Amino acid sequence: MDVPIIELTDVKKSFGPVSVLKGVSLKAYPGKVTALVGDNGAGKSTLIKGLAGVQPYDEGTVKFDGEVVHLSNPREASHLGIEVVYQDLALCDNLDIVQNMFLGREETEWGTFDEGEMERQASETLRSLSVRTVKSVRQKVSSLSGGQRQTVAIARSVLKSARVVILDEPTAALGVAQTEQVLSLVKRLAENNVAVIMISHNLVDVFQVADYINVLYLGQMVAEIETAKTTSDDVVGYITGSKTYGGAA
Amino acid sequence: MSDSKNAPTKGRGIKTMTPVDDTTALPASGLIGSGMEGGLVDQVRAYLSRVRGGDMGALPAVSGFVVLSILFSLLSQYFLTERNFANLLTQAAPQIMLAMALVFVILLGEIDLSAGTTSGVAMALFVVLSFPGGLNLNWVVALLIALAAGVAIGLFIGFFVARVGIPSFVVTLGLFLGFQGLQLLIIGTGGLYRITNDQVDAIQNKNLLPWMGWVMLAIMLIVSGVSAFVDRRRRARAEVPNRTIALVWIKLGLILVLGGIFVYVLNQNRGQVNILNGQVVSGQVIEGVPIVVPIVLLVMWAGTFVLDRTRYGRYLYAIGGNAEAARRAGIKVVGIKWAAFAICSTLAVVSGLFTASKNGSVDASFGHDTVLSGVAAAVVGGVSLFGGRGRLVHAAVGALVISVITNGLGLLNLGGGINLLVTGGVLILAATVDAVSRVRAGGSITRT
Repeated sequence: MDVPIIELTDVKKSFGPVSVLKGVSLKAYPGKVTALVGDNGAGKSTLIKGLAGVQPYDEGTVKFDGEVVHLSNPREASHLGIEVVYQDLALCDNLDIVQNMFLGREETEWGTFDEGEMERQASETLRSLSVRTVKSVRQKVSSLSGGQRQTVAIARSVLKSARVVILDEPTAALGVAQTEQVLSLVKRLAENNVAVIMISHNLVDVFQVADYINVLYLGQMVAEIETAKTTSDDVVGYITGSKTYGGAA
Repeated sequence: MSDSKNAPTKGRGIKTMTPVDDTTALPASGLIGSGMEGGLVDQVRAYLSRVRGGDMGALPAVSGFVVLSILFSLLSQYFLTERNFANLLTQAAPQIMLAMALVFVILLGEIDLSAGTTSGVAMALFVVLSFPGGLNLNWVVALLIALAAGVAIGLFIGFFVARVGIPSFVVTLGLFLGFQGLQLLIIGTGGLYRITNDQVDAIQNKNLLPWMGWVMLAIMLIVSGVSAFVDRRRRARAEVPNRTIALVWIKLGLILVLGGIFVYVLNQNRGQVNILNGQVVSGQVIEGVPIVVPIVLLVMWAGTFVLDRTRYGRYLYAIGGNAEAARRAGIKVVGIKWAAFAICSTLAVVSGLFTASKNGSVDASFGHDTVLSGVAAAVVGGVSLFGGRGRLVHAAVGALVISVITNGLGLLNLGGGINLLVTGGVLILAATVDAVSRVRAGGSITRT
């Protein structure tokens, strides 16, 4: 449990003269939810894009399962089992749930779709996440609520043996009940031994599901704390820079 | 499928890691529904609720076709004759083909305003190359060159739209103008080439032998039956529910009955018969399914196969629905778009071939005024101009509706003015039905 599946050490990224990540370290553990918080412009998205292989880091090492890896494109990241669920869900409204979950990686036989196989896998994945709010896996995504759409997006990410799932603001723009649904889904992901990295602005959500809280402030990781050993006030302090974390290495 | 070496968990999903207590007991019933369960009554009820929900597909256009047919058959004694039926089909064929061509780009949310002039340029090439007094190329070679010109034009459009990123409306509007000039240069001012080639002439003016019509129907039945059973077998193998088998029999039965009537009617002699003193003195026997019909059906079947059952087709819908989502899913959006324009232009050339066969000639203005009626046909049939929604059969039904208006009003001796007014009205009506049904479904008009 103490072996991180993802370990970033001193990663740096700059865009021209602007240095966005100034030597950031991050660990994520299988079966744990690691929250990544920080104000706008702190570098959360840049950190995530590096892990997803969309924008590779300039410097620093990335260890996956204890081995140094180079994430230079999204394909390599997803090959390792790193999946990202972006904030603007990236689902196709005109396709149904199964079609969305398998988009870009359809099961085929003789070049034609094996719809039965896809439907079963989609259904099983949703069941493994204890999703009960979806009536039919052949519903069009346009007919789903915000929470259900988030559910489909997350289920899509774990369909193919994901080991690390990165969630970008999964509860933004959701109502109370739907937020609750998605948060329990996040917990269930972790129970299934997935390492979850969750970006969020909502500290209530973070304290509800996260095992660890990492705070980014102006491109530096200013705090890495176990959720149980801190308070919301402290975290707000770290985020705004009005407090410094004594134990930060 | 593509499990990496680094992923120790075999199989798919995370289900293999921790069994979830309540799903292990009953695997079959543990699946989430798919809307395929239940008997015939449930399926009919589900279909009706989909229709009420605004997912009507080609239903409005089919109803429109039926209503118009009944109306015209009451108004004109000539409408419901074998000869007019065959006439209607050959009149509709070019429009059906053009509308189906356009579906490939409309699904992407794009448009090809140059489809008509593309067919004009390609057919101009064809007649100039194959004209006996001129280059006198073999007609097959000339046709292949015309089709290749279609592919090349499509790739040319695709380059500007997909690669450079210019809106397709602008690119194809430019080509719509430019190709008129190109066509004029190829044909020459005031030029007109007759179609002298028997094979091309035969497409719209000759018929299958009566037995061939029945063979065509048999092939359709076999193909539909086999694909339905392959689908069922795959679903059964994956242990997900199949729709009740009664639906397969109903579908095959409908093809048999409607197709049977279709072939039977067209197999009747519809030639002019002159009778003098109770005896047939002259009359050419005209019977059989027009040759153009199986060509249209074949293209429709192949296109529908690609759209419904292959990655390429699925990605067309995905890009039309949400291009960014498609890109993030690893779909090569540029390549897919590029190919769609090539398919559209090539099928537009086929449509031009039908028109040339029907008209018997190609001149400098050939194909210039067809594209908008092709777009109208697709929209009337229920294809969404916003992309991501529609099928080839919708475009075909839409084209039949527009053709039946032209045909029926022509029989009533109502001129072109009335025809265009009515066609325009039907287009707006179809778009209204589409918009209203989608509002009722709770979706925005601009979203599919």
